[in-house]
Amino acid sequence: MDMKIPNPVRSAFAPTPADDDRVIVNIGPSHPATHGTVQIITELDGEKVLRADVHCGYLHRGFEKECESHTWHNLIPYVDRLNYCSGLINDFAYCQAVEALMQVQITPRCRMLRTLLGEYSRIADHITCVAAALMELGAMTAFLYLMTLRDYIYEHLADLTGARVTYSYGRIGGLARDLPNGWLKRLEQVLVEYETYIGRIHGLMDHNRIFIDRMRRVGMLSQAQAIAYGCTGPMLRSTGLARDLRRDTPYLAYADLDFEVPVGILGDNYDRYFVRMREMDESVHMIRQCVDLLPAGPINADDPRCVLPDKKLVYREIESLITHFKLIIDGPRVPAGEVYSAQEGANGELGFYLVSTGEGQPYRVHCRAPSFVHMGVAHLMLQGGQLADVVPTFGSINMIGGECDR
Amino acid sequence: MDANLLERIRHRLTPAAAELPVAHGIPVLALGASQWLDTARTLRDEFGFDMLLDVTAVDWPGQPLRFEVVAHLYSTSDLLRLRLKSRVSESAPVIASLVPLYASAAFIERECHDMFGISFAGNADLRPILLYEGFVGHPLRKDYPKRREQPLVRYRQA
Repeated sequence: MDMKIPNPVRSAFAPTPADDDRVIVNIGPSHPATHGTVQIITELDGEKVLRADVHCGYLHRGFEKECESHTWHNLIPYVDRLNYCSGLINDFAYCQAVEALMQVQITPRCRMLRTLLGEYSRIADHITCVAAALMELGAMTAFLYLMTLRDYIYEHLADLTGARVTYSYGRIGGLARDLPNGWLKRLEQVLVEYETYIGRIHGLMDHNRIFIDRMRRVGMLSQAQAIAYGCTGPMLRSTGLARDLRRDTPYLAYADLDFEVPVGILGDNYDRYFVRMREMDESVHMIRQCVDLLPAGPINADDPRCVLPDKKLVYREIESLITHFKLIIDGPRVPAGEVYSAQEGANGELGFYLVSTGEGQPYRVHCRAPSFVHMGVAHLMLQGGQLADVVPTFGSINMIGGECDR
Repeated sequence: MDANLLERIRHRLTPAAAELPVAHGIPVLALGASQWLDTARTLRDEFGFDMLLDVTAVDWPGQPLRFEVVAHLYSTSDLLRLRLKSRVSESAPVIASLVPLYASAAFIERECHDMFGISFAGNADLRPILLYEGFVGHPLRKDYPKRREQPLVRYRQA
């Protein structure tokens, strides 16, 4: 049997460099030090990275193609798996796009709950990124502290949604279910734990000589470069530009909340670390406001075009049974048209471009994934740095294979 | 949304200052493929659309110009979004690349080339990015069967 496997990528560089001092080194796609399946082909002079060629796509699974053959509702488990560190934000961003096409108004309670849970997810996502970046620099204690904290959040979200990571909790026009008893009480306990653990991380890392030497002025990106390469989220904010969709074009309940948009100075790894740490503090501040402002009332919009009828009614009356059947089998009829709707995901602008022809299934679903766009600038951040900095710099971009490769 | 700015864009860029349709909050400029780069340059230089967020396409088989190329621009100063749309044919799916204006186009257009087979003239690096070398066809075209597999490594025979 022929065991020769063709190379899936064509390197941008010749396999043998022109200069004897240089060497081509391939890192990945499943290198133990990079979290995320990515291949980086580097040309080195000693330990210095002269050029880098970044390849992604190893986790491509045809998300957009698959979406074209399911009903609008059935996509929710798929969008969960885009950025699997903050699945709820994906759910809500997708639902918001469909709701815009259908012109559905969500209820005030749903709006506030989505805001709250989005911020909660953002904390989990930032924790994942910071923890992995610290572990790659050898800070095992900090990693374990952060993972402990993240697990409190995951377990707590499992109490609400039934799953730790992939929640399938958003619904077009509402949410899967309301908060269980005591959920908000536990939420406050987790937020107190957050303050304890994050305080420890600040104590361990912020003034740590090794940490600063590895992060300061490493993987630098200028503001002009960040804009030209379409960077959003913490990547853009670390360069000093306070662009945040939650503040700039408020959606959900963000217009009612008080929060700051933290920015960096140099756009280096340290700034990206610090922007994420500060954003988590702001998220906690926002969550507490959401709890105070949380209105009573239904979580689902009163709109039979997309919201499933109450299960008790499905068993008791024929109209509800038919509505349920039609929504499951045919899917909600989404008026023909196209929409681009974006939310501030944990990594940056998470946009959904949807095209409907009026059917129960989408004609086209495109996800504008921040990770993918950020991979386009990764080579610039790696070039000129040390080989050992490839891993922390890559970590600070927080490339999530699920959304990058789709 | 800044109505004044939209008005100026309408006067500057639509033929005979026609209506500028707004689809769910985003103004849409439909262009001929030949105006793609020039219009984007005007939008960037005169109207401050400094960020290219996304380039993708929609396949409409059976229509004379089969592929609709869609780009989303953003102005970080005016916080305004804009959608550019253009059509290219199945026989010559070529449109100008936005790489001379936006560095982000280099990567984003590679994906669109992978998925739809649209060539971006002026993008020097259209190697596969989400797919792999040797992949035949363009999976997001409507005539690409969902179940077609092209494994690089052969499946083990049971």
